[in-house]
Amino acid sequence: MSKIYEPDVQRVVGLEDVDLDIRSGDFLAVMGPSGSGKSTLMNILGCLDIPTSGTYRIKGIPVSRLPPEELARLRNREIGFIFQVFHLLPRYTALRNVELPLLYAGVGREERTERALDALRSVGLEERKNHLSNQLSGGQKQKVAIARALVNHPSLLLADEPTGNLDTKSGDELMDILVGLNREGTTIVLVTHDQAIARRAKRVVYIIDGRLVAKEEFREIRG
Amino acid sequence: MNILESGRVALDSLKANRMRSVLTMLGVIIGVAAVILLVSLGEGTKNYVEGQFAGLGSNILIVTPGKIETKGGPPIIGAAKHKLTLSDSRILEKKGYLFGGVAPVVFGTAEVRSGSRSRNVPVLGVTPSFSSVRNLHVEIGGFVTESDVEAKRRVCVLGRTVKRELFGSANALGQIVKVSGGRFRVVGIMQQKGVSLAVDLDDIVFIPVRTAQDLFDTDALLEIIVSIRNKNDIESGKELARSLLFKNHNRHEDFTITNQAAMLSSLFTILDTLTYVLGGIATISLLVGGIGIMNIMLVTVKERTNEIGIRKAVGARDRDILVQFLLESTALSSSGGIGGILVGVFGGWGIREFVPKLPVEIPSWAILLAFTFSVFVGIFFGVYPARKAATLHPIEALRYE
Repeated sequence: MSKIYEPDVQRVVGLEDVDLDIRSGDFLAVMGPSGSGKSTLMNILGCLDIPTSGTYRIKGIPVSRLPPEELARLRNREIGFIFQVFHLLPRYTALRNVELPLLYAGVGREERTERALDALRSVGLEERKNHLSNQLSGGQKQKVAIARALVNHPSLLLADEPTGNLDTKSGDELMDILVGLNREGTTIVLVTHDQAIARRAKRVVYIIDGRLVAKEEFREIRG
Repeated sequence: MNILESGRVALDSLKANRMRSVLTMLGVIIGVAAVILLVSLGEGTKNYVEGQFAGLGSNILIVTPGKIETKGGPPIIGAAKHKLTLSDSRILEKKGYLFGGVAPVVFGTAEVRSGSRSRNVPVLGVTPSFSSVRNLHVEIGGFVTESDVEAKRRVCVLGRTVKRELFGSANALGQIVKVSGGRFRVVGIMQQKGVSLAVDLDDIVFIPVRTAQDLFDTDALLEIIVSIRNKNDIESGKELARSLLFKNHNRHEDFTITNQAAMLSSLFTILDTLTYVLGGIATISLLVGGIGIMNIMLVTVKERTNEIGIRKAVGARDRDILVQFLLESTALSSSGGIGGILVGVFGGWGIREFVPKLPVEIPSWAILLAFTFSVFVGIFFGVYPARKAATLHPIEALRYE
């Protein structure tokens, strides 16, 4: 698939003939320098954007042709996002942040709280449930974000530089959680420019200037 | 997401910006309070005027001489006598089975004097029925009687003001006053009535009708006032009076019968219009409040672009975002509306308490209308910002800092 941007719309790198197959249970790391098109790929995988040409299918559903309503539904049911800058709602408690996807899934209040607590427990943050998200440390915020991403049992977890704003210790801890989740069967796609992080994935793809390239070519260009 | 959850989200964000929310509401509060107060003032004025007329009785026909012609052309000479006389009122009295009372009135102005004090006042020549027909009653003594009229007695009944001006607090009953130089004995003092239709009902002297005809040297009546016994018979009563007088005037309709209710209804139409105009002016301030809401909602949407992006990323549909922000603006305006009702009602009470001369009556429809309108304002002025929020692209919104 390809993504072409209008020339005057910011300097976002498009994608060119990207052919990628992600299987259930996979743990894929996407490596590339900044401006290589990693984020564009993530946006398309996360149903936040649609490719200009080509197709993207989730469980066989051609996402490219879906109306916005359906894209929102897919993001809600099939995708879990983890962002570099966390993207939690600052005025909400950890619990309510985690509940958010369930709110839009139409889950009733009691069940919502129960499932959000389960998700918080799975990342070891249950006792922080009533803290406002801006009272949490970076590592804790990212754990809340993971809990939020997991709470609706998505088929795909997308992590965009999840350790980018964390210290080494919290970063390692986070990667441990992700690896653990993958071991339990969660499909994960992780974007990073850090070799050490990428090494913990099952497989790594390299992207430069919107194209997937071989590992050797990547090394060559990156020097 | 159901509407209850959306409402909770909306209230949360209003609480987060308490000061700003209150200031925005203030615009609506002032608007709603203004609508309520001004409409109440209009309504109060109407009721006040209505009260003034109520003293006269609304089931009254007034027959006046002459015809309001719709066609031009010279009058046929000698064809009509163009005046009302006591014979007319006698006919109405004798054959008017629908009438409660028939009161012929002769009108003049005269100098009334007692000792060194004098006063120029309207003098009405009346019959005993005048008192009941016009709902004006004596307080001390008696009114003009049938025998006073028949015997053309020189007796008079004084209005409150006349009595006070001529006699002060002294007893006037049985005293002699001079009306146009003639000696009249005071037989009664009227009850205080106040001003109605710019006529001071207390500044009048009543004398028997035939005495008045002599005094003013005329047999013409100013008017004949007819009260209808049953309110539902006003139209048929009017028709009866018309046909009786028509016959008595040699088949000429040279008189006019006005129905006071009809007169009043046109006056009340004007007063209603006044109320609507006042309400309309106040509504403008409500609109200004609405623009304030739109303004603050646009700021809110801008500030919370990132939040909108997050919500969309986790699965909020455009519609969810739209409803959330619409509910927020509506919550702003309707709580402003409730605040405005409190201010308006309390203000109305305050005016009644401290400025009793201003007639203020808060009609419940005004409260309902003002509140409904405030809710509507919230929706109307909230649509544009909410649409703006709903149509944000999730990627752009997430990138926004």
